[in-house]
Amino acid sequence: MIKHLLSMDQLSAEQITEVLDTAEQLRSVTDRPIKKLPTLRGRTVCNLFYEASTRTRISFELAAKRLSADVINFSADSKSAVAKGESFKDTAWTLEAMGVDAIVVRHSSSGAPNQLAGWVQASVLNAGDGAHEHPTQALLDLFSIRQHFKDFEGLRVAIVGDVLHSRVARSNVKGLVTMGAEVTLVGPPTLIPAQATTWGATIAHDLDSVIGEVDICYLLRVQKERQSEQLFPSLREYAALWGLDSRRQALMPRDSLVMHPGPMNRGVEISADVSESPRSIILDQVANGLAVRMSLLYLMLGGTSEFGGEAVEHPNRNRPREKEVV
Amino acid sequence: MHASRAGRSAGLDFSVKARVMEATDMRRALTRIGHEIVEHNKGTDDLVLVGIRTRGAPLADRLATTIASFEGADVPSGALDVTLYRDDVALRGPRNLEATTVPGDVDGRIVVLVDDVLYTGRTIRAAFDALLDLGRPRAIRLAVLVDRGHRELPIRADHVGKNLPTSADEAVKVHLEEIDGEDAVLIGEPTR
Repeated sequence: MIKHLLSMDQLSAEQITEVLDTAEQLRSVTDRPIKKLPTLRGRTVCNLFYEASTRTRISFELAAKRLSADVINFSADSKSAVAKGESFKDTAWTLEAMGVDAIVVRHSSSGAPNQLAGWVQASVLNAGDGAHEHPTQALLDLFSIRQHFKDFEGLRVAIVGDVLHSRVARSNVKGLVTMGAEVTLVGPPTLIPAQATTWGATIAHDLDSVIGEVDICYLLRVQKERQSEQLFPSLREYAALWGLDSRRQALMPRDSLVMHPGPMNRGVEISADVSESPRSIILDQVANGLAVRMSLLYLMLGGTSEFGGEAVEHPNRNRPREKEVV
Repeated sequence: MHASRAGRSAGLDFSVKARVMEATDMRRALTRIGHEIVEHNKGTDDLVLVGIRTRGAPLADRLATTIASFEGADVPSGALDVTLYRDDVALRGPRNLEATTVPGDVDGRIVVLVDDVLYTGRTIRAAFDALLDLGRPRAIRLAVLVDRGHRELPIRADHVGKNLPTSADEAVKVHLEEIDGEDAVLIGEPTR
């Protein structure tokens, strides 16, 4: 397996399948009275969150604990040294000095996890970086889809909404295309990035013309702060043109599914009744996140560096930083 | 992806020195073990057969079929994947997981663990932990097709198909129809 998980680009179809197969077995642990496994005893996982998160952080914390790893939760808020002006690099080195085995990082800047991976010997797992990627979300979405559809080959998926600012969309397009699905990005032209054609996805702007021929309608959260940037006229107009309500849902083929990465803006991108309809697998997505993150932690940390990934000679460890040399 | 870590009984290259059990020998050994289990247990009440993945699982199923044929009673059989409980996860790296399917509740039952080869005893130790996380059996017993010695833990089998004295340099491989297309026990040398 890979040493760091930074982007869905890193994973082949075979590796994605391995992650999903392993998650499938780990999911059954959730149904038994004793939900803990001893596998990662003595390992330490740090959740390093520079951005707010409920489900991703809790899900990673629970996944690590279920595998008996120790968990440190670090939020860059008023209680941490970040408030005193500690740099990202110094925080990374502090964690490294304490000997953590994995760092789960969420950051508002795209590429922050890649930078972190260059500084530390620990495995780095990207839990969302800016508008770049959110690979564990894509993997849990693939897992949720696989529970309903046997094969990704030829599966028709519409990803609807603010693709421009969405790391979930980027990771999902990459994962779905790798697995052979046909992805259509749907949204107002202002919210679909120009280079999206190079991702292997088709682009459409009229949801009604697409909705009748999809197996999955994946709705992205409307980031309400974007309204002030004039990227769409109003939330009401957005809901009317690109929101999924029961009228549009009725146009979807039989056995098609509705997905959303959460948190939802009910009444904007998704209506309350659609979010709670039998077609919606939104809560399954949350539940599956736990198994998929357990699978990744097991596959990435379940061996020494010589087995788990390429052993890299660490440039910074045990070497005084230049400024400190007297 | 897992070619280098497929494990010592399954995937290593292997040059065969001798075949020590054939299909008939294996069938007779399993028949005897089946009788021993029922005799020891004074019947089939509360019995559960649990095979340790990979090759213990089909053996547990075969024992259940054997017992049903002479005792006329259905003994539930299942499979246990102990990968996540092994003490060498960190040394050998992650391996593919298979399903754990233990029928019903193990609380208060007599669980007979079934495996192909008993060697260091470490797999059995992992199986104890895996089983105890599923419940509290009244007793755990151990049935193995081959005991090749070289224990590293104080563990012994209650029922043994064949005692096979080996040197630690040798490898013992069990082939099963369900997985390998033939029934045989082989001794050989691992080649790297």
